[in-house]
Parts: sequence; structure tokens; C-alpha cells
Amino acid sequence: MSVQKMIELVGVRKSFGKVEVLKDITLNVARGSVVALIGPSGSGKSTLLRSVNLLTVPDQGFIRVGEQALDFTRGHRLPGDRELSAFRARTGMVFQTFNLFPHMSVEENVMAGPVKVLRMPKADARTLAHELLAKVGLADKATARPDTLSGGQRQRVAIARALAMKPEVMLFDEATSALDPELVGEVLAVIRSLAAEGMTMLLVTHEMAFARDVADRVVFMRDGCVVEEGPARQVIETPSQPATRAFLSHFHNGLGPS
Amino acid sequence: MQYQWDFGFLLQYKGLIGVGVLYTLAFTIGTAVSGLVVGCMIALARLSNMRVATAVVTGVIEIFRCTPVLVQLVWVYYALPILTGIELSPSVAAFITLTLYGASFFGEIIRGGIISVDMGQWDAGRALGMRRHQLMGDVILPQAFRRMVPPLVNQTVLQLKNTSLLSVLAVPDLLYQGQLITSASYRPLETYTMIAVIYFIILFPLTRFAHRLEARMSH
Repeated sequence: MSVQKMIELVGVRKSFGKVEVLKDITLNVARGSVVALIGPSGSGKSTLLRSVNLLTVPDQGFIRVGEQALDFTRGHRLPGDRELSAFRARTGMVFQTFNLFPHMSVEENVMAGPVKVLRMPKADARTLAHELLAKVGLADKATARPDTLSGGQRQRVAIARALAMKPEVMLFDEATSALDPELVGEVLAVIRSLAAEGMTMLLVTHEMAFARDVADRVVFMRDGCVVEEGPARQVIETPSQPATRAFLSHFHNGLGPS
Repeated sequence: MQYQWDFGFLLQYKGLIGVGVLYTLAFTIGTAVSGLVVGCMIALARLSNMRVATAVVTGVIEIFRCTPVLVQLVWVYYALPILTGIELSPSVAAFITLTLYGASFFGEIIRGGIISVDMGQWDAGRALGMRRHQLMGDVILPQAFRRMVPPLVNQTVLQLKNTSLLSVLAVPDLLYQGQLITSASYRPLETYTMIAVIYFIILFPLTRFAHRLEARMSH
């Protein structure tokens, strides 16, 4: 492969009880590229995303993000709290339900990672937080409480909070699925600008038009397997697998003109 | 027959009553603190992945929750020394019993508070790279604590009332002093009325405080 791989997953398996949610997944994300994970609910795409930063620890497989790699193949020691935390600190994650810390102000949310994890002095962290809040268009909300914000604003704060760790990659887990339709655009605009800056991103999404327009590659998953993978426009507009076609047929009305 | 109320004689026992109030308060505060410490350990053990620790702690909690404190007090004071060969003074036996009894309830309140915090908060803290203790200290406990305070205050109120049971072991708490005064003065009506009033004066502000906290939390 000529492009450098930023995220590399090899042979990743995960079961919850008797249900195998990820069946031998191999996935690469090139540095600076955007990959969209699509598929029906229960296909394992969120579990796959969560295993990239080890919020879900796989049963088997090899995971590398940037310089850091962890091997979960049999015989390897399981990483402890310190290793897991260090690994996660290099990736940013944005959740469907925002998960802002409700007992902290907006700027404290953004400062939490740098101050607690990176031991950055508070004054520096505050400056950084204000820069990032300006970047997501919320400079005037620094001292607001999260529960006074709209869903779209909360999600933009969550993006700023993740960016504050200066992550090598950003993971988005259905970042717009809990938003009212009129608020989706403002969050997608922020993600789009990150893509333009060259941030490596892996996103689980149900916004097919967005995946087609912003992602470089699209990965279609079903029943814990990668069914089809390729350039975004090709997978979404002319899928080669019947399962991908069947899934995408539910969306074509909403795809709109390209 | 008209009973002639006369509270005046109680003044001569103010020393005894003072000691009783002191013992009641000291046992309440002491076992509330020790109970909270043990309760925290119970909560963490029950939340841990260590199956054996969880099972043992759950068993102990159920024993303390499902038997009356009075029975526990008597058992620890009279039966435990026979089993272990260690003599316990009434105060030590009482302290141990109330600590463990309180802890089994405090522990469940603390555990309940912690698991009531949304799982997404754990995800968010972990995703930032927080260590387990940072996540607990900076994200989970500040949110859980707000929800724990009213039930913890309520449990402390119960704990204070339970100290009246210490009188069966001849620990000189408020009720025991009342019994002493009664047997010396033959005036149980005034004596026990006064004892009840003293309990009320101590507890009423505490329950008001718990109500205020609950009202503040709910909005």
C-alpha cells in the first residue's frame, strides 16, 4: 500500500456472551482519509468503532493507531488500565448522545482531557478550549452549562472536547442520529471542515449523502462482517453486493442530487 | 385521677442527661463516619469484577439487612466472644455492630448512586484517556454524590434512632440514662417525655435538611 496506514485492524473478533459481534475484521484507514462505516443496526459497526479506541476490548486481533499497537491474539497479556488510558488518549471520540459532563461548564468539559490526562496548566487549557470553541462556532458559550444548549451545540462542544486532546484520529459514533433534523447540518459542517484539514476520521453514520460526499471510502458491514468496501461514491451509488444494494435501497429517496 | 406533671426534678439529673446526649451523638457521628468508610469499600467491592469479593460482601450485607439491629447487638456482645474468645466491652460491641449495620445500607446507597450515572459518562471519560481513579473522582462521583446525599442523611437519621438500642448493652446513651433516672425518681412519664423531646430536637432539623436537599436535587 502506497499510502501510510493510520489505523490498522487485523483479525479483530469480539463476542458478547454467545453472540459473535465482530467476525475476523480487517480494516485500514489511510492517514488523512475519512472512512464511513455503514450497515444495518446490529451489524457490529459501532462495536468495531469502539474497539479502535478500546472502549470495547476485542477478544482477538491486532489494533494499531498511529505509533501505538496492541495485540490481542492468544497468549498476549491483556493491557491494564494505564496502557488502555494511554492508548485512548491519542484518539478522539464523539458519541451519539454527546455525553458531555453535566456538572461542568462548556469550557471545563473541553479542558477536562488536557488538564486531567495531559496535566496541562489550567490557563493554557482554557486558552486551548476557547480556540476550539471558536472553531466549532461556540465562542460565546464557554461559561454556559451543557443543559442550556441545543443538541447540535452540545455535539459541537463534544467535538471540541475530543479535539482538545490533539488526537491523531477522530471516531464518530452516529454523531447526528440523536439530533433534530434541522440541527444535523451544523454538526456535519464541523466534521466536513475537519476532513478538509486532513484529520483522519472513522465514522459510523446513517447519513448516506454525507458519507458519499465527505468520506473517501465506505465500508458496508452486516452480521459482524465487512461485506463490501471501496471508494465512497462507488459503494453508495453502484454497490456490487446484493446485501449492500438491499440496505441502500432504504435510503435512496434521501440521497438527493450529487 | 389527675396526673400532676412535674418536670422540675429532672434538673438535678442534667449531668446524666448530658452524658446520654453525648453518647448518642458520639455513637451516631462515629458510626456514620466508620459506616461510610466501610460502606464505600462495600460499594467498590460489589462493583468490582472480583466474583469472590462480590459474593462475600453481598452475603454479609444481606445478613445485616435482614436481621434486626437489636438481635445483632446482642449476638455480637454475647455470642461472638464465645466463638472467638475475644472479650468485647459493650461500647466496642455496639460500635462494631452499628458500623456494619450502617455500612450495609450506606454501601447500597453509594453503589446505587454510582450505577445511576449514565454509562455514556464512563465512555466519555475513558475516551479522553482518563485513568480509573480520575474517572471516578472527576466524573462519576461528583454526579453520583448529588443523588446520594438525601438518602445518606435519611440513613443517618435512622442510625441515630438505632443508638437507642445500645441501652440493652448498658451503654449509657440517652435512653439508658432515662431508664436510670426513672428507677431513681419513679417518674417515667416526665423522664421518657423529655427523652423523646430531646431526640426530636436533634432529629427534626436533620430531616428538614434532608427534605431541602431532596427538593434542591429534584429540579
